Amino acid sequence: MGELWIIITASIVALNAAILGCFLLLRKMAMVGDAISHAVLPGIVVAYYLSGDKTSGLLLLGATLTGVLASFAIDFLSRKAKIQGDASIGITYTFLFAVGMIMISTMMNGNTDIDMECVLYGDISLINLDKIVVDGNLYLGPRAFYIEVIALVIIGFSIGFGFKGFKVLSFNEDYAKALGINTNRWHYALMTLVSLTTVFSFEVVGAVLVVGFLIIPPATAQLFSTKLKQMLFWASVFGILAVIIGYYLAVWMNVSITGAMVTVAGIDFFLVLIIQRLVDRKKRSTTFAAPEFITPTPKNSVE
Amino acid sequence: MREACAIEVHNLTTTYGGAPVLWDIDFELPAGHIIGIIGPNGSGKTTLLKTIMGLLPASSGYVKIFDKDLEQIRHKISYVPQRESVDWDFPASVFDIVMMGRYRKNNLFKRTNKTDLEIVLQSIEKVGLTKYKDRQIAQLSGGQQQRVFIARALAQKADIYLMDEPFVGVDAATEHSILKLLKEMRDLGKTVLIIHHDLQTVSDYFDYLVLLNTRLIAKGTPQEVLTEENLTNAYGGQLTLLAKVANLIKVNQFPIREKDVDL
Amino acid sequence: MQTFLDFISFKDPNVMYVILGMICINSSSALIGTFAFLRKRSLIGDAIAHSLLPGICLGFIAAGDKRMIFLFLGAFLTGWFSTFLVDYIVNRSKIKQDAAIGIVLSSFFALGIVLLTYIQNAGYTNQGGLNGFLFGQAAAINRDEIYLFALILLIILVAILVFYRSFILISFNAEFAQSIGLPVRWIEFLMTSLTVLATASGIQALGVVLMSALIVTPAAAARFWTHKLSRMLVIGVVFSVFSGIVGAYISYTHAATPTGPWVVAVLSVITLLSFTVSTKSGILANFLRARKNKIKILQETILKTIFHYHERRGLAQNLDSVLTPTDLLSVRVYDTYQLQKGIKRLIRLGFLVAKEKGFTLTENGKIEGRRIVRLHRLWEHYLLKRTTIDALHVHSGAEAIEHILSPEIEKELERELGIVGIPTKDF
Repeated sequence: MGELWIIITASIVALNAAILGCFLLLRKMAMVGDAISHAVLPGIVVAYYLSGDKTSGLLLLGATLTGVLASFAIDFLSRKAKIQGDASIGITYTFLFAVGMIMISTMMNGNTDIDMECVLYGDISLINLDKIVVDGNLYLGPRAFYIEVIALVIIGFSIGFGFKGFKVLSFNEDYAKALGINTNRWHYALMTLVSLTTVFSFEVVGAVLVVGFLIIPPATAQLFSTKLKQMLFWASVFGILAVIIGYYLAVWMNVSITGAMVTVAGIDFFLVLIIQRLVDRKKRSTTFAAPEFITPTPKNSVE
Repeated sequence: MREACAIEVHNLTTTYGGAPVLWDIDFELPAGHIIGIIGPNGSGKTTLLKTIMGLLPASSGYVKIFDKDLEQIRHKISYVPQRESVDWDFPASVFDIVMMGRYRKNNLFKRTNKTDLEIVLQSIEKVGLTKYKDRQIAQLSGGQQQRVFIARALAQKADIYLMDEPFVGVDAATEHSILKLLKEMRDLGKTVLIIHHDLQTVSDYFDYLVLLNTRLIAKGTPQEVLTEENLTNAYGGQLTLLAKVANLIKVNQFPIREKDVDL
Repeated sequence: MQTFLDFISFKDPNVMYVILGMICINSSSALIGTFAFLRKRSLIGDAIAHSLLPGICLGFIAAGDKRMIFLFLGAFLTGWFSTFLVDYIVNRSKIKQDAAIGIVLSSFFALGIVLLTYIQNAGYTNQGGLNGFLFGQAAAINRDEIYLFALILLIILVAILVFYRSFILISFNAEFAQSIGLPVRWIEFLMTSLTVLATASGIQALGVVLMSALIVTPAAAARFWTHKLSRMLVIGVVFSVFSGIVGAYISYTHAATPTGPWVVAVLSVITLLSFTVSTKSGILANFLRARKNKIKILQETILKTIFHYHERRGLAQNLDSVLTPTDLLSVRVYDTYQLQKGIKRLIRLGFLVAKEKGFTLTENGKIEGRRIVRLHRLWEHYLLKRTTIDALHVHSGAEAIEHILSPEIEKELERELGIVGIPTKDF
């Protein structure tokens, strides 16, 4: 039973991350997701410190703000200080992460609620220790599961409701602006959701590994998807697949469960990449009559 | 009789990184024409279009569309960005992109209705892409990609179309079919404003021209604009003094208008 | 004070190791990081740092113990492999660079965690401390490691000295470098390898997450102070080493806190300060400049208005009337508070003298007033002559520009327009 709860909870984490990751990737902001997931550390430390309880919902929402603040800081550094985008990301998240670590070592004296290693890669096997039990015997499952369900509901609603907005924002910001859409508002809505996912998944998968769930499955799906909904679907499939395979692999090898899950996600990516390249090569050698539409598109990166 | 004015640009100055790239641009464009914006590279053509569309802030001056502010009338204007400015690897089909033409600020949260669907299909039909409607946009030729943009603009059912270099990377046949379409639109009373760089074709394509080189050089019919003198003025390099002053303004981060500083 | 003395006198030999280590690590990474920064590849350091973890674990498994050379070799290999994979993904698929970095970073890190937990659970003796690489343990630096770090610093220094020009060219524009026949791919390979070396040397002290700060942040901070690459390198190193030492000191006085986070925090604060107070592009400099411009515009506008007041009454030749603020307000709209302030300043600067019932221009004030009006009108004439801007609009066009025209430009305007003296009216 405990096993099933772990797989289900991790699958929801993967699902949440996959959905948001698709939009991050298409907006070419994958590393902003990375930065946010590290930058929420100080927020989480404060949340734990103030609540003394692992999961006070209100305080987790407070920690979410730290992530939004980080994305704001990145924006500010690149726009006002004119530091190039990737450097702004690097400076912001290392700084906030360092602050978080200092806070842990100074504020948490003797309080071992936050395990430093857990911060980086989580410890999903522990979720069953924190159960919700009603009437002393009716077992309803681990608390982490419910937290993830809440996140899933929020994300599902926001993306389902604002699908068109997120889509046009990801496709071309200038075009969205020309339609009169407030792109800033949509951008920060996306950042808030990403921040929320990382905060809510923190205990389960840790700061660095949640990035794996955010980026790798969507990238795998991006390799072959031709429609956004298709990409969302396959990203979710790859995410959940990595969870299931990774879990059993970890149990078999007696290693970190989350680590194994993301490793499997990474292997999936490279497998799909290689298979796709082989298929492409085969296609190219078998088709000799070029159809009229085959004129290659100039790639942006070439210019 | 005076023709109706579609776009009024009044005393417009736009800066980039502190230095003015457009100086006191001032013109009115008649409705119901295909209008070309021409000028050398770096003369501020794209900046002008983006400022009209509100994508860049004006440092001074204003733009009126049919005598109204942009925000009041945005739904009447369609903007077609440069083809290179878009990530064509985006996972979307021709249909998806054209459907974006139906997106509005206030219908983002609503479901697509039947009218939208019909308009989108008609627009795709008009540019002759019905066969490719479900194809991913990266798998189209340059000309076809440009036609997707045109279809999206058509789907917007606008009165004014602002197009940034729609003929770049397009084969001759497509260029002519696009032009035919634009002429049909004009005959329906639409106004089309196009950034163009090929001087050879200018007089065939446009009824009205704006010649630009950081400042307005000339405007009017092709005969009026394409004079030896105007072309030398536009293509003979920037005015040294103007460029020097622009640089001074940038170095000192000087306000471009007195009104920016309340006295 | 005593703690400070203890600290700098290296009473504790470990302090010396930490400081020497910080000097080597921070210099190496700041130097090579500057080139990564200029090549807009700052985040590659992030990918490398995370990718060192599986290499360290593999090195440990291969050696069976924590002999440093094995760990280091393993780290170097996986770190280098990660940069290869990033390039492979970018070149062979539609995945963009930042996503590629994210993919490689998290997969390698996950693999590292898998190996780390494998080692922990497989009953290796002597594996304690391997997880120090996650968050860094500057205090664990020992004598042998100092030699290694110094050697790496030396290699990087020599490489930069020898290939200085090639590095500059490639960082500036790789295509141009290729066109003049430089072996760009080899030199890029060298730069990547040096970045991996520098990152690997710091991983033990800083840990996987914070190490990338030493690559990115010094260069970004230095960029605020200079536009010259050679100075950027020096300033970056100075900032980084300073942060290293201050970080070590704070951690020394607050024994419970680790060194790495303090180093990064200090470095980030330096960057923030640079961005605020730098004389070139800092917020403060911009603020002061805007204030200066505003004062200049206000003063010159007042002098100009005094001229206009006289001109309207046909007194442009002598400009001797005694005026009150109300007189000026009859010519032009002002914020009265600003106007009062501006008049006071002009009196202080000797352009105006206070009289019993107002003020009047001094000789200097007259010269200055005439100059501004003249510049305004010269610019109007220039716009009329050279552009299509019509007579209705040249006046507003000249209102701000008049304040910035330099004497040099004034001369050029004179030459081009052939105007002597002050043109008779504004448009």
